[in-house]
Amino acid sequence: MSVLSEDLKNRIRAFIPKYPRKQAVTLPALHLVHDELRTVSNEAIVEIAEILELHPSEVNDTMTFYAFFKGEGEKLGTTRFWVCRGLACMLRGAYELIEHCEDKLGVHCGHTTPDGKITLEFAECIGACDGAPACLVNDVHAMNVTPEKADQLITELKLK
Amino acid sequence: MPTYEPVLLARINKPNSGKLEGYRADGGYATVERALKELKPIDVVTQVKDSGLRGRGGAGFPCGLKWTFLPKDHPGPIYLCVNADESEPCTYNNRILMEKDPHQVLEGIMLACYAIRSQKAFFYVRYEYGDAFRALESAVAEMYAAGLLGKNILGSGFDLDIVLHRGAGAYICGEETGLIESLEGKRAWPRIKPPFPAIEGAFRKPTIVNNVETLACVTQIMKRGKEWFQSLGVPPDPKNPRDAGSYGPKLYTIAGHVEQPCCVELPMGVTVRELVEKHGGGVWKGRKAKAVNPGGLSMGYLNVNTKLKDSDLTEYDIPLDFNGPGRVQCLGLGTAAVTVIDDQTSMIDVLHNTCQFFSHESCGQCTPCREGTGWMLKITDRLRRGLGRKEDLDVLVDVADRIGIMPGTTICGLADGAGWPVKTAIRKFREEFEAAIKSGAKSKYAKSLAMAGAH
Ligand SMILES: Cc1cc2nc3c(=O)[nH]c(=O)nc-3n(C[C@H](O)[C@H](O)[C@H](O)COP(=O)(O)O)c2cc1C
Ligand code: SF4
Ligand code: FES
Repeated sequence: MSVLSEDLKNRIRAFIPKYPRKQAVTLPALHLVHDELRTVSNEAIVEIAEILELHPSEVNDTMTFYAFFKGEGEKLGTTRFWVCRGLACMLRGAYELIEHCEDKLGVHCGHTTPDGKITLEFAECIGACDGAPACLVNDVHAMNVTPEKADQLITELKLK
Repeated sequence: MPTYEPVLLARINKPNSGKLEGYRADGGYATVERALKELKPIDVVTQVKDSGLRGRGGAGFPCGLKWTFLPKDHPGPIYLCVNADESEPCTYNNRILMEKDPHQVLEGIMLACYAIRSQKAFFYVRYEYGDAFRALESAVAEMYAAGLLGKNILGSGFDLDIVLHRGAGAYICGEETGLIESLEGKRAWPRIKPPFPAIEGAFRKPTIVNNVETLACVTQIMKRGKEWFQSLGVPPDPKNPRDAGSYGPKLYTIAGHVEQPCCVELPMGVTVRELVEKHGGGVWKGRKAKAVNPGGLSMGYLNVNTKLKDSDLTEYDIPLDFNGPGRVQCLGLGTAAVTVIDDQTSMIDVLHNTCQFFSHESCGQCTPCREGTGWMLKITDRLRRGLGRKEDLDVLVDVADRIGIMPGTTICGLADGAGWPVKTAIRKFREEFEAAIKSGAKSKYAKSLAMAGAH
């Protein structure tokens, strides 16, 4: 049985005409799979490679360069919660905020809460320095995040 | 001096500033329509070249000149890659343009593609810019619906497609050949140059890589004329034969210890002091500034208390144009992202944070960069734990000097950029580092394991 649904495969295929080479669809494909399955397993890599007419090792090679993607044996929580540790954020309390979030969620950065709801991570500058300290909830910026605001965000995410 | 009226940011506070209807009501796309009807591609190249526009992505290379490096009479395809990877810490001006006025950038892409005879632009947006990506997505859809993209645009015979492409969280994707490799579906390993992208770039075809703000400037130059652009900014410094001048408006981002972090548009050449005190609302909590990073981490640090030679002014009064920061041992203008560090902050923490960034983001291809950035991180980590050694500072400067010599020892400019903050922090704040080593004082963050480089 295939790990990628026919719908997911079709969404990957839809990217192919946009580029002169199929390999260019590697990142779009990884994003689609990662978003939906919360991981890119070895089987998923093989199936992506089949669609793009690549060797699975080529897809794997690209994927593992971007620490962004979770591979075999790893899995993202429902929501990704990144706390920026870049300079502008550090200057305005990011390190304290990371510690606060680690305490609050009971996990270190890079890990997912036992209920599978939130993966906590640190990020290099996320380009929201006018709202430092800043966080990224999946791909949406949260600006001027105080510990109280972080608690509120986390509570909302846990309810989902 | 009369206050400057923003042009690039003129529309950002309008309701629905990102919508086609609003953009058109403000005269949007009239410029490209006129260009397609009345101008030849070479006329656009010439006007941009004559305006003196230099790339806003960090290196400051003359934009029109870069366009002329494409092979003449190439049968195509020729590609434009729009660099919206914007990951230089403390830089966020591209984000503001894309989120609030995407059509201004997209019109610039149309003009650039017409000029360089490209029928396809790949718009590479860093993953973290979700809102910007969605604003672009809907803007591009509006353009297709209005016949501004696709085949035979506005009956001119010109065809153009814009493909939006998302990154996956790596700074090195902003380096132009790293971006191309990443776009092609590979690791973002920068390529050895030459060949330069203009000869052999994306998919082995001639390619121009341009920054988002550069392209927004193209829109304004074609709309307002090269004379308008040249009337702003700073002409070349006669004492510096390599200076090509710093013309036009610039987006400056202000972050760190200021009351009001913000992005402002001003003519090139505004001083750091004016940016911080007038536009950033001054240093926060009534404190004083100690250091400023004037253009993204890789440019190095200013010591705001150091007097300039033969003058009462200090490094705080340095103008931010392509030439200014170089006069105080910084690398250059960079992305004009100004980060302010107050007098209660430890430069050791600042430098450790910086080293952590470059070590984390080095792609690892070149030994001097991979090992050098890791080595500098280790030493600064030792310093913040109060375990610094006397020789550490000289070793740091030595490593920074050696990994950063361009060109030759490394494939791309990341290594050079990693060296400047180290060299400038130690040279300009040596006493503070020495005192910390002597006393064995620990940083207040020393116990924080999450920040120890363990990840
Ligand atoms: C390590 C590194 C990171 C870079 N990051 C960016 C970036 O995020 N955005 C950008 O426009 N240029 C970046 N650049 C500069 C690009 O390589 C390139 O010069 C630029 O995109 C060209 O566009 P411009 O001429 O319009 O400035 C980076 C360069 C290096 C060496
Ligand atoms: S200088 Fe550093 S980032 Fe650039 S290619 Fe070499 S290892 Fe990679
Ligand atoms: S340093 Fe955190 S968003 Fe830039």
